[in-house]
Amino acid sequence: MSATQVHDTDGKPVFYLKDEHHPENSTMLGFWLYLMSDCLIFAVLFATHGVLGRNYAAGPSPADLFDLSLVAINTAMLLLSSITYGFAMLQMERNARMETLVWLGITGVFGAAFLALELYEFYHLIHEGAGPTRSAFLSSFFTLVGTHGLHVTFGIIWLITLMVQVKKHGLNPENRRRLMCLSMFWHFLDVIWIGVFSFVYLLGVLG
Amino acid sequence: MSHESASEAHHAHSHGHDAGHGSFRSYMIGFVLSIILTAIPFWLVMGDVLDSKLFTAVLVMGIGVVQIVVHMVYFLHMNPRSEGGWTLMALIFTLIIVGIAIAGSLWVMHHLNTNMMPMTHEMMKTMP
Repeated sequence: MSATQVHDTDGKPVFYLKDEHHPENSTMLGFWLYLMSDCLIFAVLFATHGVLGRNYAAGPSPADLFDLSLVAINTAMLLLSSITYGFAMLQMERNARMETLVWLGITGVFGAAFLALELYEFYHLIHEGAGPTRSAFLSSFFTLVGTHGLHVTFGIIWLITLMVQVKKHGLNPENRRRLMCLSMFWHFLDVIWIGVFSFVYLLGVLG
Repeated sequence: MSHESASEAHHAHSHGHDAGHGSFRSYMIGFVLSIILTAIPFWLVMGDVLDSKLFTAVLVMGIGVVQIVVHMVYFLHMNPRSEGGWTLMALIFTLIIVGIAIAGSLWVMHHLNTNMMPMTHEMMKTMP
């Protein structure tokens, strides 16, 4: 909300804003709409993987490539980061700045661990000669999982930015609103990951 | 600084009744449920528990859908009342589009695949 921009130097409003009637939390609805549009990006990538996921071009299949215990650990990391973000939100409601920051930090660590494991997996696959250019299956796999990983990367950047903001300015309404948005983003990525591990990894290995 | 406090005052009146907060209890319920709902499909596939692959696949996807609902309710605090029902409307609309995109793609491409002229090895070689 840009209410701050219409105040003059004396702090008096240039426009009389008291009767502003749009609801305070309309940001949440707007952000939800963004998430839904993001959902469509993933829907298209899932559809692509659904179509191309069995075209191995005489190359390796998911059962040859995927290490499910690694995927399970990865899933646990993302799940744990989701609950720790929830704890951060609970601390935010208690107005406890330090505790919020600690839980946000833990969330970031879990997120980073997830990313590190995913990058290790990608590196391992490419090293084995199963890079995105090997087959249609691997192209769609790298695109889908890579897009999710990219979202997590930007989520972590956002998280660090917000931690700095909270440290500097405290839990003011603006930062609370931003933390709520990131909360939705973070849990949304977890929802997408459920689709990824079920559809791509488990069904892939199942054959 | 002055305008910051002014804006804070502006926000203050409407803060506090923000919809969609969870409690410690609801987060823990969601967390425990999602652990269980993650563990079952991994166990089904890694342990080779069931004989029928099709049944396992259906179970994995079914449990995945249940887990998505759990996340929506306990982590994203979805309920039919938030934002006057508009979040739910947006979600339903998105689900319809997602359904059309995924089911439609699979359907169309499957038929293209089965109705395609069979390609011999020689044809493959002369392909552009």
